[in-house]
Amino acid sequence: MPTSTFLHLAVALEGAGWHPTAWREPEARPSELFSAAYWTDLVGQADAASLDFVTIEDGLGLQSDRAEGPDDRLDRVRGRLDAVLVAARVAPLTAGVGLVPTATTTHPEPFHVSKSIATLDFVSQGRAGWRAQISARAVEAAHFGRRTLPTFRPGAVQDDPAIRQVVADLFEESADFIEVVRRLWDSWEDDAEIRDAPTGRFVDREKLHYIDFDGRWFSVRGPSITPRPPQGQPVVAVLAHGAPAYELAARSADVVFVTPHDAGSAARIVAEVRAHEAAVGRREPLKVFADLLVHLDRDAPSAAGRRERLDERYGRTWISDAETFVGTPAGLADRLAEWHEAGVEGFRLRPATLPRDLQAITGQLVPELRRRGLFRDGYEQATLRGHLGLGRPANRYAIA
Amino acid sequence: MTAKRQVHLAAHFPGVNNTTVWSDPAAGSHIDFASFVHLAATAEAAKFDFIFLAEGLRLREHGGRIYDLDVVGRPDTFTVLAALAAVTEHLGLAGTINSTFNEPYEVARQFASLDHLSAGRAAWNVVTSWDAFTGENFRRGSYLEQSLRYERAREFLQTVRELWDSWDDGAVVADQDGGVFVSDGDVGSFEHRGPQFEIAGRFNVPRSPQGQPVIFQAGDSDEGREFAASAADAIFSRHGTLAAGQAFYTDVKSRLARYGRSPEELKILPAATFVLGDTAADAEERADAVRRQQVSGQTAIAFLEQVWNRDLSTYDPDGPLPEVDPLTDAEARTKGRAGVPRDPVSTAREWRAIAEAGHLSIRELIIHVTARQSFVGSPAQVAEQIDHYVQSEAADGFILVPHITPGGLDDFARTVVPLLQERGVFRTDYTGTTLRDHLDLPPARRGRIGALTGAV
Repeated sequence: MPTSTFLHLAVALEGAGWHPTAWREPEARPSELFSAAYWTDLVGQADAASLDFVTIEDGLGLQSDRAEGPDDRLDRVRGRLDAVLVAARVAPLTAGVGLVPTATTTHPEPFHVSKSIATLDFVSQGRAGWRAQISARAVEAAHFGRRTLPTFRPGAVQDDPAIRQVVADLFEESADFIEVVRRLWDSWEDDAEIRDAPTGRFVDREKLHYIDFDGRWFSVRGPSITPRPPQGQPVVAVLAHGAPAYELAARSADVVFVTPHDAGSAARIVAEVRAHEAAVGRREPLKVFADLLVHLDRDAPSAAGRRERLDERYGRTWISDAETFVGTPAGLADRLAEWHEAGVEGFRLRPATLPRDLQAITGQLVPELRRRGLFRDGYEQATLRGHLGLGRPANRYAIA
Repeated sequence: MTAKRQVHLAAHFPGVNNTTVWSDPAAGSHIDFASFVHLAATAEAAKFDFIFLAEGLRLREHGGRIYDLDVVGRPDTFTVLAALAAVTEHLGLAGTINSTFNEPYEVARQFASLDHLSAGRAAWNVVTSWDAFTGENFRRGSYLEQSLRYERAREFLQTVRELWDSWDDGAVVADQDGGVFVSDGDVGSFEHRGPQFEIAGRFNVPRSPQGQPVIFQAGDSDEGREFAASAADAIFSRHGTLAAGQAFYTDVKSRLARYGRSPEELKILPAATFVLGDTAADAEERADAVRRQQVSGQTAIAFLEQVWNRDLSTYDPDGPLPEVDPLTDAEARTKGRAGVPRDPVSTAREWRAIAEAGHLSIRELIIHVTARQSFVGSPAQVAEQIDHYVQSEAADGFILVPHITPGGLDDFARTVVPLLQERGVFRTDYTGTTLRDHLDLPPARRGRIGALTGAV
């Protein structure tokens, strides 16, 4: 059962939209995908509609239609800006919307990610989050040259025990990575900075803590170089399609994005998430958000027609890992209400095309949800944790 | 008549190394974004070339405990610079990022992204780190021999440039009708095989507005100067005094020709502090007060302990230097701090000699030996000094470090900059849009650095 009548709303921002041929739509801005103005406009719209947060996709390799490596196509969006820096760039120009960039846990340094997200929290006054993702691609490992990963097709994870182990290890490393990041966020107590002129001390060193994490992939001593962020613990999100990721979310995250295909599977997935929570002894439940890929228009035939046009350019029906909704904002509101009843607390909507589907979400869906009493009027809280109903956690190193 | 040489100015956000007087009532936060916005706004209104941020990788320790007498804590450099891009329009955004506890693919992405998000204002001060102490925060721990740190830095910079070069300038076509987003199916393709890095694949950020962000390097040794001459756009140098500055300037600029570069292609920008007063005497008095605030008795003992490498807590900071010699075979007392002297025993002897000659106490001696280039005087005198240095080819400009955060540059901007503008040696408005424009640098060159000597 949802804890409140209001559902949570987030939007997943990706290039010119999630559909591979979205960049060719009339309203698309493909030549601006690497400009600050483009991202400021999109996130600004989400802010004006008082959405809980936006996520920003990222990766450590070039996009490709092929899972195994580059595809040399000319007709797809290729290239991305660093998501944490995009989030920081839009932070001073937005007021309430949460900013949740993607950052990878497989090759980067946990120490750097920790201070980056903490700093994002500072520059946004408490609106930072982070979607932690693994990188299983051999080609991306080759961009770093520090380890090798096997090349495998997506289906191999089920078929091949060796590949399954590789992926399990990547998730295990991710859990360690998130643990280090969280400990570093707590490594400064809130009142560590004392500026005590009589004793000449800028900080009280008793309130700075070594984290002394020792694990299979890294050891990190700490403390962080950056003080405790405004939220204490910025929000950590994980996208999960199956057991290893549900377990990672249960152990390490605050928010999990799941991909049900109907109300029934939504209820089943929520139950599975709760089971993983119980198995790892998690106390506060995860916020479960369902991902939906949306094509929105003023009427169902127009929406279907637009989708058809996009798929025609693609050459066949494009399938996402998330359920696809094609229709009107009112129809989408029905779907969200239905899944909300099934136990899904929030929704991360993936606009098929940008900015058009985002405009439909902010301009029509949100007012419709408000009319139905399903979404709050404006921001009631100032931080991302606040929007999600999460309190500010105590510091694990502070002695009460 | 030849136009006068133009002065370049930058603002260094204050921090550690006993620059900041945090006990001053005017002192603000070193973490809150508002402080960075304040300094950036002041610098941009005064038409400065860029703002500069340092980097932190581990909190300093002294005597096995976290050092607490100086500013502690800083935000992440890249993240603050990207946020500052939102509240500035022209100001360059320069950050220190180390080449040891980082990988080229990530750093190249981050700087290219910053350059895109700021419409061409990014700069990178390339530094090295190497020690086991810092390494304890990173995946590989202490993996790099001290002697290899420059080699890694050179190869790191070379590799990053190859990544930046891996997209053609016009690769993003975005032709909606024709269905062509990128002009080349091989876009971003790279391969680098060297002693430090063996990486290959596809870089995923298109070429940014400056092509390559501006490269700073703080080279002082012979090796460092050569590295800068072969690969950097600007040197963040230490030689602020006139004679030392001129010698450094002449030496470094003379190294450029063998790389096919002209003198204007490498700007020399020493760091400098400043203290303004109504008169010279007033300014000197204030400067003395600032130095005493920066170097307390406790701080002086700590500085001394860095060289002596022993516990000197029983010594009186207002008394004479220790008679005993530094401990050379014990573990370093201070960790996480660059610039500890290589030959402590001879440093100790030098300091004793200076103290004796000037009848200086420990505290006075430390104040003396840790003094940096500083412009002290009335606004007119400071403007004259800065102009003189640049006209005398001791520098191409200065990176100014205020001692008060965040308002320490306000008076300088208000009173000194107009005088430099009146002298015709500093811009009255930005004429270009990128940091390369402000620094009068030519467009970025594609291709291998150090190409003419074949050295990397």
